[in-house]
Amino acid sequence: MAGKFPLPSEITTPPGAEGWQELYAYSSTCSPARAEYEDSMFWFQDGVHWPKPLLPWDASLMEVAIVALSQYNTRHLLVPPANGIDFRIVNGYTYLSPVPAPEADIPARAEQFMQRAGHYFVNWNQLYENWLVKIRDLVKGMEALEFSPLPDVEPLEVVTSGAGKGAGGQIQANYLELLNSASTLWQYHFEFLNLGYAAYLDFFGFCKQAFPGISDLAIAKMVAGVEVDLFRPDEELKRLARMALDTGVAEAFSLGDVTATCEALKSSGEAGQAWISSFEQSAEPWFNFSTGSGFSSQDKIWIENVEIPFEFIRGYIDKLRSGADIARPTEAISAERDRIVAEYTSLLASDEDREAFHGKLGLARVVFPYVENHNFYVEHWSHSVIWRKMKDIGGVLAKEGFLEEPEDIFYLKRHEVPDALFDLYHSWAAPAPPRGPSYWPPLVAKRKQILTALEQWKPTPALGTPPEVVTEPFTIMLWGITSDSIANWLGGGAGEDGSLSGMAASPGVVEGPARVIFGPDQINEVQEGEILVAPLTAPSWAPIFGKIQATVTDTGGMMSHAAIVCREYGLPAVTGTGFATSTIRTGQRIRVDGSNGKVTVLD
Amino acid sequence: MTTISWFESYWAGMKSEVGGKAASLGEMTGAGLPVPPGFAITTNAYRRARDEADLDAQVARLLYGMDVNDTDSVTQRCAEIRRLIETMPIPEGIELQIRGAYLELGARAGTKEVPVAVRSSATSEDSPDASFAGEHDTYLWVRGVEDVIDAVRRCWASLFTDRATCYRVEMGYDHRSVEMCVVVQKMVHPKAAGVAFTLDPTNGDRSQVAIDAAWGFGEGVVAGEVTPDNYRVDKVMLDVTKRVVSSKTHEYVLTDHDSVEKVETAPDRVDAPCLTDTEIKAIAKLAKTAERHYGCPQDIEWAVDLDLPEGENIILLQSRPETVWSKKGPSAVVAPGSAPGDFMSSIVSTLMSPLHSKGAGSS
Repeated sequence: MAGKFPLPSEITTPPGAEGWQELYAYSSTCSPARAEYEDSMFWFQDGVHWPKPLLPWDASLMEVAIVALSQYNTRHLLVPPANGIDFRIVNGYTYLSPVPAPEADIPARAEQFMQRAGHYFVNWNQLYENWLVKIRDLVKGMEALEFSPLPDVEPLEVVTSGAGKGAGGQIQANYLELLNSASTLWQYHFEFLNLGYAAYLDFFGFCKQAFPGISDLAIAKMVAGVEVDLFRPDEELKRLARMALDTGVAEAFSLGDVTATCEALKSSGEAGQAWISSFEQSAEPWFNFSTGSGFSSQDKIWIENVEIPFEFIRGYIDKLRSGADIARPTEAISAERDRIVAEYTSLLASDEDREAFHGKLGLARVVFPYVENHNFYVEHWSHSVIWRKMKDIGGVLAKEGFLEEPEDIFYLKRHEVPDALFDLYHSWAAPAPPRGPSYWPPLVAKRKQILTALEQWKPTPALGTPPEVVTEPFTIMLWGITSDSIANWLGGGAGEDGSLSGMAASPGVVEGPARVIFGPDQINEVQEGEILVAPLTAPSWAPIFGKIQATVTDTGGMMSHAAIVCREYGLPAVTGTGFATSTIRTGQRIRVDGSNGKVTVLD
Repeated sequence: MTTISWFESYWAGMKSEVGGKAASLGEMTGAGLPVPPGFAITTNAYRRARDEADLDAQVARLLYGMDVNDTDSVTQRCAEIRRLIETMPIPEGIELQIRGAYLELGARAGTKEVPVAVRSSATSEDSPDASFAGEHDTYLWVRGVEDVIDAVRRCWASLFTDRATCYRVEMGYDHRSVEMCVVVQKMVHPKAAGVAFTLDPTNGDRSQVAIDAAWGFGEGVVAGEVTPDNYRVDKVMLDVTKRVVSSKTHEYVLTDHDSVEKVETAPDRVDAPCLTDTEIKAIAKLAKTAERHYGCPQDIEWAVDLDLPEGENIILLQSRPETVWSKKGPSAVVAPGSAPGDFMSSIVSTLMSPLHSKGAGSS
């Protein structure tokens, strides 16, 4: 493959971001000691999960996630060709590097993999049911962790019960428990995920062999589920919009302000009360839904920012009033799925092929509910709880002047939090003046400055020397990194005719005005009929998919969570263009060809 | 008794009234294989005209004692019979219906004097395969209602060509047992035309439709004289997956005197795609329908008709089995006799194989 990317050792610090390495764990950044190794590897930037520079504490979730992935490939399942994924934070951005298994180990690994993975495939449904129990217990456990200001005096029963310990120690223990839970969460996540992808890939490979021209979309459609938990939050919004109309309280939403709407609902008698309690029922757990990938403490979560679901509900009420059908056409989706399967079946060459096709499709469908649904349970629901608990800790520290506001907690590294809590514990116990109030606020302020400077840096899509051909299955599946996309990055993005190429994630061709947005805060800028251009989209943006004509993203593969939602809404989508948000400007007319993965600026 | 039967209203029970050719056009139309539109003038029309003109007695008299080996006599007698048929009065109601149908066809095509092909379609009680149907006449580029009526008479008369007549005599068939239906069908006036395969000819992929297309009539594409545009359509998803637009320097067009000639393409059309996406998809759908109808991969000839409204303008000219890949036999993924149930080895080899890196995500 011609051309190369800068080496990790060649990357310089953007002005104003000097000392950025201090924001992260020492092991997560590049260093001269490992430069030879780092420069010899190929690293790609993960903008799907971490489109912006990581906040110090947010890095913890990236680290536990990637390490859990690695652990399962390498130590639990022994995926024959693939070890784990190494990571580095470079100027605040996450770069990943697949570690291949040594060639010589592969035959032995294959044998172990068959036994270990085979156990999961054979017992999938039972294990998945058990997984749902485990994950709910884990969330419950995290919800129960209390982070309150330390009491002036321990309650009497602490003394009389003979507990022998108190709140100062407990808050430290609870924090460590929260960290442990995050680690457990991500181990659970990868207990199944790569196996799910492996079964999917097996079906995928069969289809490509039988039909070299088959589109990825056709394969995805055959496997995709009809009832998917990831769409449930959106379904709940639609249900609540219908309920508001049916019970005559919809008028409250025309006030356009959450407080006013709530007041109007409360004062509209039983119907309003019933609606509120129905909303609250939906909210737990379904509105633990992040407006981003779920990996950033800064992304908004519906349940804590009720104006977001309210605004979506208002939009649905308007649509229903105008006579639009907002119901998810589940029957049509499942009929289309059956049609596609039947047509490919009839085109296969032999009975053996048909048997193999149905066997592999069957397994892919068994594993796919996990692939589609885990995202809600892990990245949205569980992460929402983690972010909330962290803000509670931030609140405790802010109350004692350690932080200016609770959200500043995310500017601490994960191992700085116990230090701060110990300082608090000590000053509470003595009592004596803590050092925190003079130590943390200036440090947080400096880190905020550094992050602002890092945001100005445009991350290069990859570092190091690309492999001849990308063969690592999960890199392709999860991140959409292929030999083609690397060649595209090296070419600088735009083709000769000024067009961008990416993944043909959802078919169709449309032209329209672009709306470039960089994050969920700008969602409300999107107008009816525009084409959304964003670094990436999140499942929780679903309600605006009824407004837009098409979607273009910088990052993401065929199976990225964004691609799943695009297909669901039947909008043309081109993902993984690399450069859309830096090439296209709001208002420009663009043509999106979702069937061929091309985006052309027409102005 | 039906006199006029449009292709789209044909059903199997009508076969004896319309003959083999019209039945097959009707069947194809009904199966979603749109041949150029048209109608059949049923055997009832011929029979009524024949009976009202008392033709049978005259024919019997003229053929009495004919010796099939006496060529001169045969020629003379048959010519006389044909002259009788070409001049016999057509019952008024029947003629009105034929005129009306022709005008309606013109209205559908948006041209008053729509050029049509007038073809004979014989039926026979004695010889169900009507193997002598090909002996009868076909008139192309017939314009205007008077010429159509004239051509219809000549088709009727073609029941009594020398060969057809001798054949019946030799086989001992009653001349009355053979009747004539006449097909009136719009001449294709192609904006573009070409061929399509219901598989990818480069690798035999049956999930694809490959289309070669050029401006005007398809002669140049079939003969390989014009480098056509090349399109690939996903057969199941009906997405256009590939398009190569070529320089189409020449095209076959219709001249003022109703002949097809090769001319230079207008400069602004040389490098322009000759099909829209809607047309490409419609051709793919047509090819797919033909494949399903005939039960095996097909090689079709098609045209986009300039005169017909969108939605009715994709015309199937010919469909025949694809031969190259079909001869090689099916290329199965799973080797015959192997156990498709061994999913773990398959998953391992999938994880090991770099196949996906080439295909995945980069369609």
